[in-house]
Amino acid sequence: MDKVIIAENLSLAYSNDETIINKVNFSVDSGSFVFITGASGSGKSTLLKSLYGGLKPDQGSLIVGGVEINGVSRKKLNFLRRHIGIVFQDYKLVKEWTIEKNITLPLLINGYEKNVTQNQVDSLLKHVRLKHQAGKYPLELSGGEQQRVAMARALSHNPILILADEPTGNLDDYSSGLIWNLLEGANTQLKTTVIVVTHHIPATMGIDYKHFHIEYGSINEVN
Amino acid sequence: MKSIKNHFSLVIALVSILFSVQVFIIVDRSINAYKENLANNYSIIMVAQVHIPEEQIKAISPLITTVNELNPEGVIKRLNTKMDKKNLELLKITLPKFYKLKLAHFPSPQEIERLTKNLLATKSVKKVENFSSNHDNTFKLLLLFKDVITVFSLSIFIVTILLILKELRIWQFMHNERMSIMGLFGAPIWLSSAVLFRLSIVDAIIASFITFIVFSYIESSLWISRQFESIGIEVVVFDKVEDFSLLFAIAMFVSVLLASLILLGHKEEV
Repeated sequence: MDKVIIAENLSLAYSNDETIINKVNFSVDSGSFVFITGASGSGKSTLLKSLYGGLKPDQGSLIVGGVEINGVSRKKLNFLRRHIGIVFQDYKLVKEWTIEKNITLPLLINGYEKNVTQNQVDSLLKHVRLKHQAGKYPLELSGGEQQRVAMARALSHNPILILADEPTGNLDDYSSGLIWNLLEGANTQLKTTVIVVTHHIPATMGIDYKHFHIEYGSINEVN
Repeated sequence: MKSIKNHFSLVIALVSILFSVQVFIIVDRSINAYKENLANNYSIIMVAQVHIPEEQIKAISPLITTVNELNPEGVIKRLNTKMDKKNLELLKITLPKFYKLKLAHFPSPQEIERLTKNLLATKSVKKVENFSSNHDNTFKLLLLFKDVITVFSLSIFIVTILLILKELRIWQFMHNERMSIMGLFGAPIWLSSAVLFRLSIVDAIIASFITFIVFSYIESSLWISRQFESIGIEVVVFDKVEDFSLLFAIAMFVSVLLASLILLGHKEEV
């Protein structure tokens, strides 16, 4: 099976030289569903950040979607990011754009045609149950609704990899249920690799998944 | 409403810059027109013992454009009743020659001094009347007026630049987030900054258009043309092609510079 992520002796540190992830080795198969858990401040989000090139490895090698993150050029990094869907804990929606336009963003960047874009956005808005809110701005929505918009945006361009940082962190059961269904659907139907950073793995997960746990800077697979 | 608010502050700053530039242009044109007017009315009187040919006088300084020899008949006629014919004929021969010299432009006090010196250095020139006292006062007044307007325009320009710098920080805050989010989804820099440049170009167009309307109105105002007529000059207040092109270019330059500075100061949040 193809590996979508390969990390070898990977160390991650911020500028103050405090090592957060220390010489870890792991890989993720293409089409798999992966949970990364760990205590607060263990380095889960830092690791996720490095997967989309937001943080360069301090040591070792990290290959995502065939792109070596260490020393990657801006052009290559943009190319990689165009094939990744990211869901942030703080949503990162463009406040001055309507939710419809926010969902369109990856499609616009990937140069999709207008009719394709519109059909895709309409279908995603239906999936996240926000069709009636299409013209609203992010700050007019609740936290759960904003996260559903962020989810729809991450799925809009059919990425090869979805990275989700605490996607259901502060959400009600209804929104959380919708988000997990969408992530499961993307993984089972579209064969998208999904990596979710979370504190708790939902008990209702209906698919096979891999579980990595981060503790004291090292990463271990939990069976 | 939100969109109008986004445009408002930069448009105001740009309009102030364009206003100060155009006011400076108008004052500069007025002073030049007034100087030309003064030059037309200004002349130097030169007194020589013998007749000097026009070419020889013109060769003294390139500033001299016309030389008119004054007719002595008027003076002689006034003396006519008191002198006999023989003495009058003698007077006609011995009377010095008077020349009125017109200059190419309104000279500076230094130019007048140099010209007077050169004329007096010419053999047979006895006296040069340059009316320097009157001339100096007028010239100094003109310079003072120009200096005041320059300081005024410069002050507006500086205040506006400060306003724009403040605006720059607001824009940086406003656009940074969107540009970072676009960057996280792989948008190239030209795409993530496109909105910023579009906004600044639109603002430059709006500001130029407002300035065009206001100065076109001022240009057609009868009151303004009467003011210029009253000091005997005719000034183009607003050249719809030349001036507008200059103002538009300035507005574009300032707003694109602002957008570029924001782009340079952009730090991606991840």
